[in-house]
Amino acid sequence: METRPTIIPPGVKRCSKMQFSLWMAAATAVLLWGVYAMYLCWYKGLNQTNMNDAYGFALWIWADLAVIALGGGAFFTGFLTYILGKDKLKNIINYAVIIGFICYSSALLILAIDIGQPLRGWFIFWHANEHSMLTEVAFCLSCYFGVLTIEFLPNIFENPKLDKIPFLHHLAHNMHSIMAVFAATGVFLSFFHQGSLGGVSGVLYGRPFSFREGINVWPWTFFLFTWSAAACGPCFTILVTWITEKLTRKKLVKDDVIQLLAKISGWMLATYMIAKIADTIYWAMVTAPNMGFSFMEFYSNNPVYGLWILILEIVICGILPAAILITRKGRENKSLLLLAVILAVVGVSVNRWVMVLQTLAVPVVPFESWFMYSPSWQEVATTILPVAYGVIVISLAHRYLPVFPQERELNPTN
Amino acid sequence: MKEQHGYTSTKRYGMVIDLDKCTGCGACMVACYAENNVPFKENETHKLDSLNWIRIFQLDNGKPYPDTEVCYLPMPCQHCDGIGKHGHSPCVSVCPAVATDYDYNTGVVSQIPVRCFGCRYCMAACPYHARKFNWWDPVWPADTEKYLNPDVSARMRGVVEKCTFCFQRYQQARNKAYMEGRDEIHESEYQTACAEACPTNAIIFGDLHNPDHEVAKLKDSPRAFRLLERLHTNPKVYYLSSKSWVRRAGDNYLENESKPQSGRQKIHHK
Repeated sequence: METRPTIIPPGVKRCSKMQFSLWMAAATAVLLWGVYAMYLCWYKGLNQTNMNDAYGFALWIWADLAVIALGGGAFFTGFLTYILGKDKLKNIINYAVIIGFICYSSALLILAIDIGQPLRGWFIFWHANEHSMLTEVAFCLSCYFGVLTIEFLPNIFENPKLDKIPFLHHLAHNMHSIMAVFAATGVFLSFFHQGSLGGVSGVLYGRPFSFREGINVWPWTFFLFTWSAAACGPCFTILVTWITEKLTRKKLVKDDVIQLLAKISGWMLATYMIAKIADTIYWAMVTAPNMGFSFMEFYSNNPVYGLWILILEIVICGILPAAILITRKGRENKSLLLLAVILAVVGVSVNRWVMVLQTLAVPVVPFESWFMYSPSWQEVATTILPVAYGVIVISLAHRYLPVFPQERELNPTN
Repeated sequence: MKEQHGYTSTKRYGMVIDLDKCTGCGACMVACYAENNVPFKENETHKLDSLNWIRIFQLDNGKPYPDTEVCYLPMPCQHCDGIGKHGHSPCVSVCPAVATDYDYNTGVVSQIPVRCFGCRYCMAACPYHARKFNWWDPVWPADTEKYLNPDVSARMRGVVEKCTFCFQRYQQARNKAYMEGRDEIHESEYQTACAEACPTNAIIFGDLHNPDHEVAKLKDSPRAFRLLERLHTNPKVYYLSSKSWVRRAGDNYLENESKPQSGRQKIHHK
């Protein structure tokens, strides 16, 4: 280990150039594999996927919904820090923003691969149908990505080299002083696009598995998606922080910061689970039967989707992590805390999976059968691509930017 | 497409398919391919990525021989009026770029391939799987390009397409009527390719609003039903069958439901 005071923030330890280069090379190799698959999809078309006319939405849309939910840590931590004044969270907000930035840029990239005519992607803005949930998603998601970029920039400008440029130094300072405005804008936008993503499947009244009643034009899934993103997004921030600490072999954020975020997440998750269970019961008892479907029809006569997936989502990855996180003993036990945040992350991902994939798997026309799907390697590679991209961005950010304000205090060099 | 034309009253074009007459011969599919320049693959065994604007399902009553009964059910786009019967079709309301639209003059759910950017949200929304995606660029066997219908644009890779009730034929019929100084077009002047090709006259097409058109009478038949009425998609394709098991196969019912619920009662459009 050696210290690089020139471009690396002062007073922190970083690994050697060689070690860093090898790490980055490995991540870049995975990234290039994904880029090649992306090239194939763009050059040869979506026939490179295993999607079909029954599965117009598949792995990519799930990945989009999942990363946006997991990136929800940025808006909700921003909301807690800047709007509710939880100052303690300033010690993790930079990282939450970076994770959010990675998640949202990944979502935009995946969408660019997913559409059949990528060069016409701008039609969604130019010929916008204001009745479509996807239009609202596109507008809010793009705007919020802009907000995340603005939130990320001051941290980049704080790199010791860049900080020496007076303009960037002052710009970063001034941006910090008005960051609450951007955080509030981000929260506003996030409430809408997280909700709209829930609306994407919730409004499908031709799909009894995902259709939900609601208030005015907003189905219940609109609110449930926002709620679950606010609950599980911070869990993902905690999880990625834990992974970063393990890989860098040092403490980066004090326990009381993590504990506060975990506690708030826990209560959000607990209240979300109450709402989710109520929604599921109403759907099973009223909505679906009115459409001619019994509850068990959605969970039988197929090789994959059984009751296990509902139990996994609600009990194992919902009630259990909520119970751990809302109790002091639970969240102060490091193993239990880690288990809880992993379960919460898996839970919200399972929720997004069923709302996309199981929705399309269920036969609606009575004389059709269940539709099964497994992704092609091109779909898998392009879905792993953002993970490699995220690893690269986080590695660069951690090495060259003062991401964690408590790092020096927690890891004194002398 | 939402402007009102002064010279014609609002139409509501629809289809009635008599399943008692359908033999499952596939002439409707062939006619549709030819009329609408629908491309096909060299190997058409994988039906879930085939382009076809009308498909034929084979249904049976699930009973062993000799009580087995079979029914063929052609399924084009159902041209749903949607909840509220004002064009809130499952697909139209979700398309983010207005690449599919509900024509208030005719009730036809249109598809605009040059506007579509291939997000496939409409396909996820359609419970009938009536929407098809161009997974490949069309490849026409030697010289067949010369036989493409000049009135219908061929589509490119990456966009969604579907049955338009041969809308180009409506435009031609309207032009002809206009040139002849007529306000109305006759029932025989606008017929879809599938209806014309059906050798048993199982497919009847016309204006559901016009009491003189055959479809307007047939849709009120006690044999009539529509697919998935409980979802309130309000399709404009009606089916006729004298067999109760076929009519029941058109919708989903709970195990203990012997009769259609009140919410499933046929909605007659005025």
